[in-house]
Amino acid sequence: MTFPEMLNIGLMQGFAGLSLFAVLLLMGLGLAIIFGQMGVINMAHGEFMTIGAYTIYLVSNLASTHAPGLVAVYFPFAIVLAFGLAFLGGWLVEWGLIRHLYKRPLDTLLATWGLSLAMQQAFRSFIGPKEVSPTLPDWLLGSWSPAPGLDIPINGMFVLGLTTVTTLGVLLALGKSRWGLRVRATVSNRTMANATGIDTRKTDRLTFAIGCGIAGMAGAAFTTIGSTGPTSGQLYIVDSFLVVTFGGTASLLGTVVSAFGIAQTQSVTEFFLAGSMAKVLTLSLIVLILMIRPQGLFASKVRR
Amino acid sequence: MNAVRNLVNRYQLASLLVLTVLLAVVLPLALDIFRLNLVGKYLTYAFVAIGLVMVWGYGGVLSLGQGVFFGLGGYAMAMFLKLEASDPVTTKIQSTPGIPDFMDWNQLTELPLFWLPFKSLPLTLIAVVAVPTLLAWIVGFAMFKRRVGGVYFAIITQAVALIVTVLIIGQQGYTGGVNGMTDLKTMLGWDTRTDEAKYILYYVCVAMLMASILLCRWIQTGKAGTLLLAMRDKEDRVRFSGYDVANFRVFVFCLAAAMAGIGGALFSLQVGFMSPSFVGIVPSVEMVIFAAVGGRMSLVGAVYGTLLVNFGKTFFSESFPDLWLFLMAALFIGVTMAFPMGLAGIWEDHVRPRWARWRGKPAIDAPPRSTDAEPVRAAVSRGEVGGAGGPSALPGGISGQRA
Repeated sequence: MTFPEMLNIGLMQGFAGLSLFAVLLLMGLGLAIIFGQMGVINMAHGEFMTIGAYTIYLVSNLASTHAPGLVAVYFPFAIVLAFGLAFLGGWLVEWGLIRHLYKRPLDTLLATWGLSLAMQQAFRSFIGPKEVSPTLPDWLLGSWSPAPGLDIPINGMFVLGLTTVTTLGVLLALGKSRWGLRVRATVSNRTMANATGIDTRKTDRLTFAIGCGIAGMAGAAFTTIGSTGPTSGQLYIVDSFLVVTFGGTASLLGTVVSAFGIAQTQSVTEFFLAGSMAKVLTLSLIVLILMIRPQGLFASKVRR
Repeated sequence: MNAVRNLVNRYQLASLLVLTVLLAVVLPLALDIFRLNLVGKYLTYAFVAIGLVMVWGYGGVLSLGQGVFFGLGGYAMAMFLKLEASDPVTTKIQSTPGIPDFMDWNQLTELPLFWLPFKSLPLTLIAVVAVPTLLAWIVGFAMFKRRVGGVYFAIITQAVALIVTVLIIGQQGYTGGVNGMTDLKTMLGWDTRTDEAKYILYYVCVAMLMASILLCRWIQTGKAGTLLLAMRDKEDRVRFSGYDVANFRVFVFCLAAAMAGIGGALFSLQVGFMSPSFVGIVPSVEMVIFAAVGGRMSLVGAVYGTLLVNFGKTFFSESFPDLWLFLMAALFIGVTMAFPMGLAGIWEDHVRPRWARWRGKPAIDAPPRSTDAEPVRAAVSRGEVGGAGGPSALPGGISGQRA
């Protein structure tokens, strides 16, 4: 094997890691907002991702059966719809479940686990137990080869672009918008924020819903890479939680960095070892680091 | 006479006696051996559930990785039984006789080094307790010494559960992979599959469970139990009083792990196989719900909770498989939202007072736990997060210090 070939394989393996990075980051972002900003553990987060993935699948089915001409353009609208449905779901869940449990984080964990079981069974009953994948528009298929022997899949680049836009959007919204201001105020001092006239309960609900909506977009990204089944979300939930804890809970930048680190570690070790051992190695490494440095990579400097 | 009564009241032996009668007399008379064997299987989960009562109810830290300890104990016992089941005579059609069949399928030609201790029963029995305890000590020591608790601890233990499951499934040649270890037949030549053996194993299981409950009761009523409750509710005050909070937590976590290991070993003996499906995240969280349904503060309640949930699971998955997960979900949500203290809470708050009123006398002799049920409920939320040390584990304003 010559050196350019090695380089190509390295680049492609790295890019495979980037796709995983994109899904993990989108999942982690939603969780980081909910967990880091509100202190709520949402075990059903993976199922919100599945909602997004199924939305894309259903819309693509609709498009290909009723309006074959629209198959080329349905994707962006489906992403918006995926966000919307997951957002709506999150809103309802916060209203019905989470808001009663804010003072008991471990109970939230159990309750949302129950919720995730119910959602999985609902997917199984109403959509079907089999794994499905949407018919992707032609422009998402194929690959781009800037050099001979180097193939970069287009869907991977699309997912990466989507992730970048979403991440920047979330960072911008938290930093600049009224909602972000309210969230930051509520996080740093709930009582005081209430006193200044911020409706913290409404802020919580909106935050939770936005976090779930981003999970829906993660699902949209996920469908371009893999197929969706009722338990797809559960496969990612532990990884996403590790992304958030590893990055440091209060820091979105930390989430980005840790998602990148975890995805690349896994992808690179997968090249040398069997898939399961790569996973074991990556997870053990993270757990070990978290044991030594429990506050994560980017801890907030505020003394509490 | 008074001394006996004090003893009974102190350790709540009355409820334990009722449970013993139910398990040792009523159920064996009422059920055939197949169902009784099922009950025995459920009771092995109860070991995990009472461990969770200690760790979660009393210690205030939720472990989502108890299945790992259950599995380690179970695998240790299963490895011993598997080695006995694959003696050179019965496995002579293999290319390497004398090693377990799955090793032969995976082109292993000799027994791996870490299997060697499991040729002897005493070493196996030690491993059943020691291996889970050791892992719990490593995890617990690293986390609690750094004052990690609450949700962070839950996430880390869950990750450990995932790691162990993936490892077991991935290393097919050493562990039997997804199928686990099957065809466990005899223990030192004693056939564990006969009806008689099943009865004996059932009673061994009941006896061990009762002993574990007594041990936990003894710890709860002693100084350690009081301190555990205290550090769950006001961790910092206990620390300022000069106690090492972490050591107590590590101790109770190791205790729970050891009991889970014993449960796992009894599981392998009674059921005749062990597989990764009892190790991973899903079974680990299910074990938490056993304790939650029974009541996270009640040892005896945890046993009832385990039995009820598992009866429900068996009944529904036999008759209405689609409904079971919905029901399980309702259980999770209902228990956390409406009955945080589970069955034991309902008993203490509703049944007992009514019973006392009906008998026409005020409930003075109710154990003190019923009176502190309220603070306990509020405290569950505070104590758990006090040790988190991390940022914004709670909506602001109610952190351990400020409360």
